[in-house]
Amino acid sequence: MCLGFPGKLIEMDDFKAVVDIDGTRREVSLMMLPDEVVLGDYVMVHAGFAIAKMDPDEAQKTLEALREFADLLDEEGQL
Amino acid sequence: MKFVKDFRDRELAEKLLAAISREADTSRVYRFMEVCGSHTMAVSRFGLRSLLPKNIELVSGPGCPVCVTPQWEIDAIFEIASREDVTIVTFGDMIRVPGSRGESLQKLRADGADIRIVFSPLDTLKIAEETGKNTVFIGIGFETTAPTAAALAKTAKELGTANVFVAPFCKTVPEVMDVLLADETLEIDGFLCPGHVSVVTGLDIYKAVTAQKRSAVVTGFEPLDILSSVLEMVRQHNKGEYEVKNFYTRAVKNEGNLKAQALLKEVFYQADTDWRGLGRIPKSGLRFRDEYQSVDALAKFGIQETGVTDLKGCKCGDVLKGKMKPSACPMFDNGCTPQNPYGPCMVSSEGSCSAYYKYER
Repeated sequence: MCLGFPGKLIEMDDFKAVVDIDGTRREVSLMMLPDEVVLGDYVMVHAGFAIAKMDPDEAQKTLEALREFADLLDEEGQL
Repeated sequence: MKFVKDFRDRELAEKLLAAISREADTSRVYRFMEVCGSHTMAVSRFGLRSLLPKNIELVSGPGCPVCVTPQWEIDAIFEIASREDVTIVTFGDMIRVPGSRGESLQKLRADGADIRIVFSPLDTLKIAEETGKNTVFIGIGFETTAPTAAALAKTAKELGTANVFVAPFCKTVPEVMDVLLADETLEIDGFLCPGHVSVVTGLDIYKAVTAQKRSAVVTGFEPLDILSSVLEMVRQHNKGEYEVKNFYTRAVKNEGNLKAQALLKEVFYQADTDWRGLGRIPKSGLRFRDEYQSVDALAKFGIQETGVTDLKGCKCGDVLKGKMKPSACPMFDNGCTPQNPYGPCMVSSEGSCSAYYKYER
């Protein structure tokens, strides 16, 4: 019920947008989105509303931190 | 999809699991609760419970909104649905939930009731315009979904639509976590906090958890999200230092979604409400403020709260509190299956019983 899906913004007007979620087009409301967005951005979609702008830099940072952690363990010979 | 696939990297997952095994103190047990139904599904689907060391227990909690909806609210929905002048609008999850007399929205629809499944609550407006009938959206969910029900109520009110109503059955997460923390028989060491609830609420709602020397990590729904969060919780417990952490920064801002929070405050107030299996929890329900009485389905149809009555023989209550594994319920796979569910935890796609039945039998 709290499922959310990252969707890519492919069409937009003031309060409505169309997103592409894994190849499926969905119309979503932007009335609850607190962030500025442009076409090509990813938003978290829940129940027909964009509820957050997804941050690719943060996704990258999280993955890099995990990779660094794993590399460190390798170097220390702990895995 | 970079926000999803990259977080399923098998090699990294194996390294995280190895790190968890190395750092978990074998002389003790760590009990972490995944609060959210979507986390329960992810944990089951990716087989994470069986991959973790035996002394790390992931316990499923009350985070499936359909499952925690008390029987009187379910029965109230059927009472409204059985009226001739009404169209019921709902998310798909509700369609097979059983009433106390064995009815369901699916059966009522087969008998001729007008019941529509939608993707967005706003679809209710179009349906109401088409049918001209009293059109009732079933507002069931937590803080992720509640703003979408609030948006429907606000839009209907602003448009002056006279035949759109919302059944305000949404509930809030911090209040139920307080109850779980206070239950000494549960012995929960920490919470995997719900990612999409946190998109709306932000992180402050979990401060009460860390103040009580339990860990609280907000996380996403992919294996790397969950495993890195488990490792963080193990570390916090080993050190005895507790801090709310956000491991889902690609979607969750520390302050949450202020627009959604403002909408919730404008439309709803926090009322005492009933939870299946957990009883009445103070300030854990969202009911309409006086200004929104014109869209309140409870007021429109004269629905009275009748208190909690759970289904006989169904152990969903204990399952929702993390006191019983779904497979320990006498009815599990014995009169209660996803194809023929008896209790709501087996009906809902996010229910613990359904997740265990599909992936952990």
